[in-house]
Amino acid sequence: MDKITFASQLLQYTVTGITIGSVYAMVAIGFNIIYNVTEIINLAQGEFVMLGGLVMVFLQVSLGLPVVIAFAGTVLIVTLVGLVLDRLAIRPIRQPSVLTLIIATIAASIMIKGAAMLIWGKDPFDLPAFSGRTPILVGGATIQPQYLWVVGFLVVTVIGLTLFFNKSIVGKAMSACSENADAARLVGINVQHMVLLSFALSAAIGAVAGLTMTPIALMEYDRGAMLAVKGFGAAILGGLGSFPGAICGGLILGLIESLGAGLLSSGYKDAYALVVLLAVLFFRPSGILGNLEVTRFKRF
Amino acid sequence: MATRMETNTILEVEALIKSFGGVTALMDVNLKVPKGGIKAVIGPNGAGKTTLFNIITGTLAPTEGQVKFNGGIISGLKSHQIAALGISRTFQTVELFDNMTVLENVLTGQHLHCSSIFMACGLSLPMIRRQERGMIAKAEKILAFIGLGHKADAMADSLPLGERKILEIGRALATDPQLICLDEPAAGLNETETEAAARLIQAIKAKGITVLLVEHDMHIIMNISDEIMVLNYGEKIADGTPTEIQCNPKVIEAYLGDSECAFI
Amino acid sequence: MLEIRKTPMVAVAAAIVLFPLLAAAIPAMNHYTGIMVFAGIYCLITIGLSILMGYAGQISLGHAAFFGIGAYTSGILTTQIRIDPWLALIAGILAAALVAVAVGAPSLKLKGHYLAMATLAFGIIVNIVFREQVALTGGPDGMGGIPRMQLFGLMIDSTQKFYYLVWALVSGAFLFTVNLLQSPAGRALRAIHTSEPAASAMGIDIARTKIIVFVYSAALASLAGSLYAHYMNFINPSSFDLFFSIKLIIMITLGGMHTLWGAVLGSILIAFLSLEWLHFFEEFEIVVYGGILLAVTIFLPHGLAGVPAMLRNRLRR
Repeated sequence: MDKITFASQLLQYTVTGITIGSVYAMVAIGFNIIYNVTEIINLAQGEFVMLGGLVMVFLQVSLGLPVVIAFAGTVLIVTLVGLVLDRLAIRPIRQPSVLTLIIATIAASIMIKGAAMLIWGKDPFDLPAFSGRTPILVGGATIQPQYLWVVGFLVVTVIGLTLFFNKSIVGKAMSACSENADAARLVGINVQHMVLLSFALSAAIGAVAGLTMTPIALMEYDRGAMLAVKGFGAAILGGLGSFPGAICGGLILGLIESLGAGLLSSGYKDAYALVVLLAVLFFRPSGILGNLEVTRFKRF
Repeated sequence: MATRMETNTILEVEALIKSFGGVTALMDVNLKVPKGGIKAVIGPNGAGKTTLFNIITGTLAPTEGQVKFNGGIISGLKSHQIAALGISRTFQTVELFDNMTVLENVLTGQHLHCSSIFMACGLSLPMIRRQERGMIAKAEKILAFIGLGHKADAMADSLPLGERKILEIGRALATDPQLICLDEPAAGLNETETEAAARLIQAIKAKGITVLLVEHDMHIIMNISDEIMVLNYGEKIADGTPTEIQCNPKVIEAYLGDSECAFI
Repeated sequence: MLEIRKTPMVAVAAAIVLFPLLAAAIPAMNHYTGIMVFAGIYCLITIGLSILMGYAGQISLGHAAFFGIGAYTSGILTTQIRIDPWLALIAGILAAALVAVAVGAPSLKLKGHYLAMATLAFGIIVNIVFREQVALTGGPDGMGGIPRMQLFGLMIDSTQKFYYLVWALVSGAFLFTVNLLQSPAGRALRAIHTSEPAASAMGIDIARTKIIVFVYSAALASLAGSLYAHYMNFINPSSFDLFFSIKLIIMITLGGMHTLWGAVLGSILIAFLSLEWLHFFEEFEIVVYGGILLAVTIFLPHGLAGVPAMLRNRLRR
């Protein structure tokens, strides 16, 4: 009989921590994309993740579509929701102030959540894992193959975004907007389109996070808020607007949560990430990688 | 004609340096403001005048150097603490309380001299009500002094610019300051309004309040100031009476362009 | 806006006093008194939140936490130590005030989104504590057996009596707040909302003022929570969650953030919406609230209380 050593327990928590941290990192990246272009914090970010999971359930489980098609369909649909959010909730506001924008994104998030409840009900849903559930044993810790998919998609997202922002014309245009929207307008960049695109990208990334995490943690209609707050915590921890920061912040937050739940108390699991968020806001709002002068780390 | 004053110094700025990241806004600036006089700070745009004001009034902290008021160091204190010590100010972009009436703006200026204890205010204790009557009387006096008595109940944002600037001065006077810092009181005003502002500033001096002012309007500066300091690119290039300044070659070169010493 | 005229006040006071009698007389309206008890409890919170948000310009997405602190303090002290409900209520207010200072001091230095997130996180953390400290709070299953309140020997054991108690307190809070807004303290608050640099230049200690207002709003929320506990005789953590914090925001936004009447109006409307009009459409509750919040934010930024002014402006053109 295998003895579960403390070391292997620790390893297990680390593995789980990195996995969930990757999800938080993706949510944080979503926050950063919209924030960089618009300076808006989209409090509905978590709903994209929730929808990613539930729409995938609908396409893959209810309709029985093959996983790749369901994947593409989910990303498409959630991206559409993101576009609608910008168009119907953000754009119409005539006198945008920080307060009104916060309230607008909250309103949008509860509408999406409410709609999800009507469609899917309150029960949690499961998804088949992409490559089965045979666990991989490493040093006493069990790694579900789906964990690797989650981390893998984070890596793909990061590489994809780097290429997008540095090499593609659209991506560079978006970078220009976040640098200086007025200057961007002057050289002919349609800022409104860039804003729309930023919502679309954030929604897509959120959807991917959602559908890859559902086989591990299930998904239900009201998971969005908690994911959003923790994702925001990750973004702030790493320095708002910084993508390397989002990754670091997400992974650190995931580890703290996992280790805390495992070593201290699992009942307070959600509280750990929130306490970290408060600590960062109170003591170092610019984040651990953030620095008011270091704007060159702001994006890829 | 103004002569150099031999009175004591109410405000002293010593070796002041202010940098923002890589930009040095003020470099080794020294300033002495004579008590009871009118001292002007002039200089081209971007010379650092408002930064200097912001440091004196506590909105910004100096990078190096210090500010002394009545002999005590005030640099590093918060702006509300400096206000409590007796320094008041107006703003370049008029910062009135637009959600209040003219009278309420001046009443707010009296904040330092009234009790605003939460519970007492909420319960509308007799002490508070008595105090309010006294404050209103004092505010009405100030409004009469600055010539806005007839507009006491108008909303602050309904006033034309000239009156808004005057109101801001009135609000600053309500704090009962020893030193009042006016940031471009005549900016955007026409000739009549500028004259009125100049007269008001002289009336303030007559009350014994020291005036430190930043201005671009040369006529006001030359006519009412006792002393003038000239800043250029964050450095002091001259300090003296209006006559001395007008004929200072460095000043003429840096700022007054080709206008000769013909300001009298 | 701040000229609270005598006539509307007297009319409203009369309406409040007479309402339960009307409701008792009309069968279809019998249960409305109960709904108005909730509306009153909500009002206590929204009056405080309204000056925090509408006048001081600070957002709180975690006020359910203070509501819960009041409720649980009252519940715990009256069931486990059996002290007088009114003493427990005061203890709740003190507890809420202390927490408000502890959380407010670092939070209120933050701006905009950071403040919103800090209050959001705070609210969730407190809710988690309510759920996890089972020995103290009964955990997710809740805490029951909370006794009724007494006032000068009279047992407050009917909905009608509770109605009058709650609305008497609401009237007190309303008048207190009106006095506040017209006083030097209120001017300081309004000054901060318009121009912090100018307020500071007038000698107003901005940080301290914001914390005081935050504490005041927390105290009112706690008071409401204690009343809630004694009215329901049973509380559980799901009444003090993020969704309730958001409901409070909806009440204020719907009624109008910039007037106290707006807070009262919004509270009454949402109370009726959730307990009466949406009663048979509970699944739609969430979507409807979201829709209302969004619609009001886009089309009625000053809430329903701002409609008369809006109409006046339109007619002038």
